[in-house]
Amino acid sequence: MTGVMTSPQTNPALLEVRDLAVEFATYGGTVQAVRGVSFSVEKGKTLAIVGESGCGKSVTVQSLMGLIPMPPGRITAGSARLNGVEVLGRNVINGKDIRGSQIGMIFQDPMTSLNPTMRIGDQIAEPLQVHRGYSHKRAFSEAINLLSLSKIPEAAKRARQYPFEFSGGMLQRAMIAMAIACKPSILIADEPTTALDVTIQAQILDLLQDLQAETGMAIVLITHDLGVVARVADEVAVMYAGKIVEQGSVDDIFYRSAHPYTLGLKLAMPTNDPDKQHKLNPIDGSPPDLFAPPPGCGYCQRCPFSMKICDSRPPENFEVAAQHFSRCWLHHPQARISPAAPSIPRELYVGERA
Amino acid sequence: MAALVETINLTRYFDIGRGQRVHAVDDVSLTIGEKEIVGLVGESGSGKSTFGKTVVGLHGKTSGSVKFRGETLPQSYRPADFQRLASKMQMIFQDPYSSLNPRMTVGEIIAEGLRLHSTLDRKQVQARVEEWLVRVGLQAGHMSRYPHEFSGGQRQRIGIARALILEPEFVVCDEPISALDVSVQAQVINLLGELKETLGLTLLFIAHDLSMVRYVSDRMAVMYLGSLVEIGKADAVYFDPKHPYTEVLVGSNPEPDPELERRRPSTAIVGEIPSPVNVPQGCRFANRCPKVLEQCRSVTPQLITLKDSERQVACHLYN
Repeated sequence: MTGVMTSPQTNPALLEVRDLAVEFATYGGTVQAVRGVSFSVEKGKTLAIVGESGCGKSVTVQSLMGLIPMPPGRITAGSARLNGVEVLGRNVINGKDIRGSQIGMIFQDPMTSLNPTMRIGDQIAEPLQVHRGYSHKRAFSEAINLLSLSKIPEAAKRARQYPFEFSGGMLQRAMIAMAIACKPSILIADEPTTALDVTIQAQILDLLQDLQAETGMAIVLITHDLGVVARVADEVAVMYAGKIVEQGSVDDIFYRSAHPYTLGLKLAMPTNDPDKQHKLNPIDGSPPDLFAPPPGCGYCQRCPFSMKICDSRPPENFEVAAQHFSRCWLHHPQARISPAAPSIPRELYVGERA
Repeated sequence: MAALVETINLTRYFDIGRGQRVHAVDDVSLTIGEKEIVGLVGESGSGKSTFGKTVVGLHGKTSGSVKFRGETLPQSYRPADFQRLASKMQMIFQDPYSSLNPRMTVGEIIAEGLRLHSTLDRKQVQARVEEWLVRVGLQAGHMSRYPHEFSGGQRQRIGIARALILEPEFVVCDEPISALDVSVQAQVINLLGELKETLGLTLLFIAHDLSMVRYVSDRMAVMYLGSLVEIGKADAVYFDPKHPYTEVLVGSNPEPDPELERRRPSTAIVGEIPSPVNVPQGCRFANRCPKVLEQCRSVTPQLITLKDSERQVACHLYN
């Protein structure tokens, strides 16, 4: 496979994931949830992994965190290097657990992700006690600092409360406080605002960006919301059926979309740009069954541009422009778009901004 | 445009014990014209779903009334009222997973309304169900399958077929797409649009996705903590919001356009929606409002129509 995404020599990647593959053994057979995923994250940058439910985006980051239950899960291939050290399959490196210390993580549903029987302050103090060996007293007072850093008013009082006394937005702030307690170099945020209202979402995204500016941590943001991606991401990886189908800078993905799936997603959403109004063009059909993934491109059954080769051979990862990759046969120099296929005008897709 | 559905000071409280009540819907007056799509937006807890359910009679009314074609509907429904009104007003629910009975086949689910509300015999019912399955983009052969055999988007189609097989005039769509993936949302929206055209439906479209509501609706109504704060043409409300809350809501809605997002000033407001149990006096948005005035904290603003427009706003800034 050509052209795995690499970062410029001057700025070595903080996290480098190569050819990650994860499967789950179930009664119905083996689900190939992640089928060869490569990406890298740089210090201080935000990578957004976008995709629809079941595309493997959560499994990808959970395997980095060692959160995949094994069995039934199994990492069948790949590597993930954090500052050059392999992290896959081992949660303890040089006697230290990387989970919670070097990589922090926040989850979609703050209501169920926190322990309902523990005070908020104690939960935030816990990683400091475990990883840093702080006394409870010291850790608890640090927890109060972290809560105010996450812009929770009356932090000292709030630290003594339980999760049920917090609103959803406040819980998400508490979870962020916990995730950044040990000053991780990477924060993984798995759909952090999906359960929240837009006004609260805006607050949380602002908070994440402020914290990133202060600490220089990298953020890996998992989301299905292209609006959120446009707002916070530097780099974007679009996932479909267990693979990254397109990857590049946020402008590449939105203004110079190369993969038919990315294009399709854009056309399936309404735009509020008065100059670009269009009728919604749904993507017909549904994603392939990952119990028996198709031998070729995972998207070809739904793709208006699919060609004969798409059915049988997985597309290579073409570099369509510098640092902009698309896994689609259309980029092959010999590819011709089948005249029968595209019912959607291609100009609409490749809407470049002046 | 003739009014099809009209709510007049519609109010629904829920008693939660100890003398406390949730002010879910408070004094909402909204007129929905024939063949119109009215979008209703607001944050969770703003009372939009309760409003929709109260309009179709799934909740009784605490006070106020609902008129359908000029006829005042009962305060709370008896079985006979449902029997009479179900073929005129229907509802499509948010969660396509929990709103379909897992023990019934898809055919039984879709046919249930017809069995109860029509005089068709079994064969005719079956023919209609088959027709509707095809109409919503499924296959006639799917009749004998169970809901778990379908994806979220397909289930929402089943929910649509169930609601529309009686050919109602008015349908409340309560977040019909928020449980679905982007690519499937467009399928369901286009299906609703087609059916609206062919059946001449009137829709109350409840959602929190502002871009989608703007795209779908003729008019948009914004709800905050149980009351309406702004109503107007969907595009006008979105692109030129008048109420400070609508402004915040639109400003917080991230657009799939990085340039636009970089240019946009941060509009994040402090605080969260207060509890609907202890509703603040005066304007309900006052404690979060960036433009709050002295009187906002004591006097409740009434919905007024702005000069030279169809826009209605409940805010002291426009008095």
